[in-house]
Order: sequence, then C-alpha cells, then structure tokens
Amino acid sequence: MTTPPTASQTVGPFFHLGMSYLERKNLVAEGTAGEGVTIRGKVLDGDANPVPDAVLEIWQADSAGRYLGEIFPRNSAAPRFLGFARIETDDNGEFTFTTIKPGRVRSPDGSLQAPHIVVTLFSRGLLKPLLTRVYFADEPSNAEDAVLKLVPPERRPTLMATPSGERGARNVPPNIFDWKIVMQGDRETVFFDY
Amino acid sequence: MRLTADSLASYSRFRRVMKAASYQRAPAGTQPDYLYPPYVSTCKRSPKQPLILLSHTLSELTGPVFGHSDIGENDNDLTHQHGGEALGERIIVSGRVLDEEGRAIPGALVEVWQTNAAGRYRHRVDQHGAPLDPNFTGCGRVLTDREGRYRFVTIKPGAYPWQNHQNAWRPAHIHFSLFGAGLLSRLVTQMYFPGDPLLPFDPVFNSVPDENARNRLISLFDWETTIPSHALGYRFDIILRGRQATPVEVSP
Repeated sequence: MTTPPTASQTVGPFFHLGMSYLERKNLVAEGTAGEGVTIRGKVLDGDANPVPDAVLEIWQADSAGRYLGEIFPRNSAAPRFLGFARIETDDNGEFTFTTIKPGRVRSPDGSLQAPHIVVTLFSRGLLKPLLTRVYFADEPSNAEDAVLKLVPPERRPTLMATPSGERGARNVPPNIFDWKIVMQGDRETVFFDY
Repeated sequence: MRLTADSLASYSRFRRVMKAASYQRAPAGTQPDYLYPPYVSTCKRSPKQPLILLSHTLSELTGPVFGHSDIGENDNDLTHQHGGEALGERIIVSGRVLDEEGRAIPGALVEVWQTNAAGRYRHRVDQHGAPLDPNFTGCGRVLTDREGRYRFVTIKPGAYPWQNHQNAWRPAHIHFSLFGAGLLSRLVTQMYFPGDPLLPFDPVFNSVPDENARNRLISLFDWETTIPSHALGYRFDIILRGRQATPVEVSP
C-alpha cells in the first residue's frame, strides 16, 4: 500500500518569514578550495516583469565534484563545503550570490557532467517549484554534458551564465557571471521534470 | 582535498545505491499543474514550453543535510518566542514524515510559517488591517526524530483577505517546508484545518485535482495529542517522494 506524496502548494508572498534564516549570498568560507564565481541575475514573468517575491535554492558540488553527504557522513567534523543556500530576489526581481565553481559530477552512465548548479525556484504563483540548472558559458565540457544534449540547441543558452567581463573590487568577488530566469514566454528558461 | 580509500569505498557504495534508486512519479492528479487560472498569479508565472524529463543523477539524488545546530531553542514553540505568551487559540500540530511506502524519514528539516490569530503575517508586504501580536512571529522549525515524528506548539492562524478575486479569503493554513533525503524529496505545502467553510472557495487548495490528495492537506483533529485544559491537537502526516534507501548514507 503506497500513498502518493503530499500535494505541493505555493510558498505564497510571505515565505521570508519562515525561510530567510537560511539565506546566504556567499557560500565561500575561509579556506574553501576552488575558483570563486559570482552569479547575478533577474527573475522575469511572462510579461517580462521582474518577480520580487521569488526565492532560489541552489545545490551544487564542491570544486572536486563531490556533494556534501557523498563523502562526509552526517555530523562529521571534517571541513566541508555546504553547497546549499537560499537566495531571495529583491524589489527589482534581482539576485546575486557568490560561490565556487563546482567540479564535474559523474552521471549514472559513468560520463562526467559539465559544472552546473541545480536551482529550485519558488514564488507566489508557483503551485510547485520550477527546477533548472545553471551552467557556465565559457566551460568547454558543456559540449559533452548528457543533460545539455537533451535540450534543443536553440534553448541551451537559457541555461548558461555568461561571463560579464567584470571583476569585483580587488578581484573579490572575481568572475562575475550574468544569468536570467524567464518563467514564461518565447525566451523561457529550460525547466526540468524528474 | 585528496580522495581517501574510505571515501572512494563510500563513493562506490553511493553509486550502487544511486543506480538502485528510481523515484516513482506521482500518480496523475495528485499534484497541481503549474497553470491553474482560478489562482490568477499562475497565469504569468507558469511555464508554457514543455519541461524536459531527466533521469536522476547525483545532483538530484543528493541534497542538503541539516542538524541540531540549525535549530534554536523554542523553534518548535511559536507561542513562547518572546517575553510574553502569544495571543490566540493554542494548538499542538504534530505528525509523521514518511515516504510513499510508509517508512519514517528521520532527520528531516520541517519549517513552518503562518499568520497570527488575527490573520496577519509579521511581514512588510502584508497590509491586512488586522493587529500584529508583539509576542508572535509565526515561524518555527524542527527536525523529525527516529520515527519521523515532528511536533509544534503554536496558535491557530486566522483567515485573511487577498486580491485574487472579489471578496477572496484564504482559509486558515500553516505553510510547511520539508527537506528529505535528496533534492527530489523537497516539498513545500500548506496544512489546512478540518471544517473550514472557506476551503471549497480557495483556488490554492483546489488546485490539486485529485480529491483524496486534496483532502490529505487537511489536518485531523486529534484527541490523542490534545492536552487536557491546555490545547487542542491537530495531526498532519506528510509523505515525501523517494525511496528511503537514502543515497547520502555512508558507513561510519
């Protein structure tokens, strides 16, 4: 006898009340190995209006391509890269976060995925979250990525954070990338179903 | 950091578990669609392009892990987070977090947020002309125990008006957010109260097509957890997607 999963409902416009305590705009702690990157962007609705009440949950591997929990058991005292954060959009629908570029993660078929961050998007008007991924446009291994191959070529750019060419003050944070999430329309971001 | 022999061994174990893990898809109608026009905000925020179906990789079968350091004192008692006691009808909300086969999910992070007894959120966007309660914030969190149980003490939230349609009111509800074993187990939902006359008119609640699935969002009044002369108990069990052959488990 199985019971289906409990039905999803929207986070509504007041999610900050219960969710903001896990908001972190910088995942890089002292001594975290890897190349620092900042991803900044905007969430847009079907009328290209900014979405000021969205929250992104990001999940990524460390610079060696390992997820927390994959190597370190629960309650391990070993230093670890959490790989998770909530990032809320501001009044202009904009968001920014600083992290390290994830390493390549193995696929079930044994091939290596290109560096990517999994993004779960919640907002008012979303009865269930939207799942997407952000890749790095200047990454050569994108060409071999099994997930990207499933995406029609003309829609792949929606999953790419593009180097802005800007570097932060004193090179901190370095490597600023731009990305946009379009929830609906002709230039809609690719969303995944699992 | 170098991979050690131990971590390589756990990695190969992990890959075996990962191969075995094939999460079921939810039966038709038990989850809402993205577009549900009666809930007006879905019209411009639902994707129109087809979603791309992926097989599950490490990126989705893993997920963040939370521990007791993420939980503060009184995080499970919303009535005692300030100097005085919150106003309103004190209630106990408890239940179990289970997988589809009824197996307990221990260590799941459960987050809740809600209005106060008057139907007002402590949030800058909430313009409802009902009073705030200085002794009530309206958010809490807890980890499930070994049997997947959680328990909150709170006050019964109020109904409140919203702008979706003429004379629209949300039924009383508590927002729930849960993290299970991996990203695909992630769930955000809302718990409702039995006998609420607003439920038949609420587009958020009615966005779930399957009647049984919809009704499982309504908590049950529960004598067993009701505390005599103190608080009524409501029971709300939550089912997360995913087998409990948890892919993040490694041997010590």
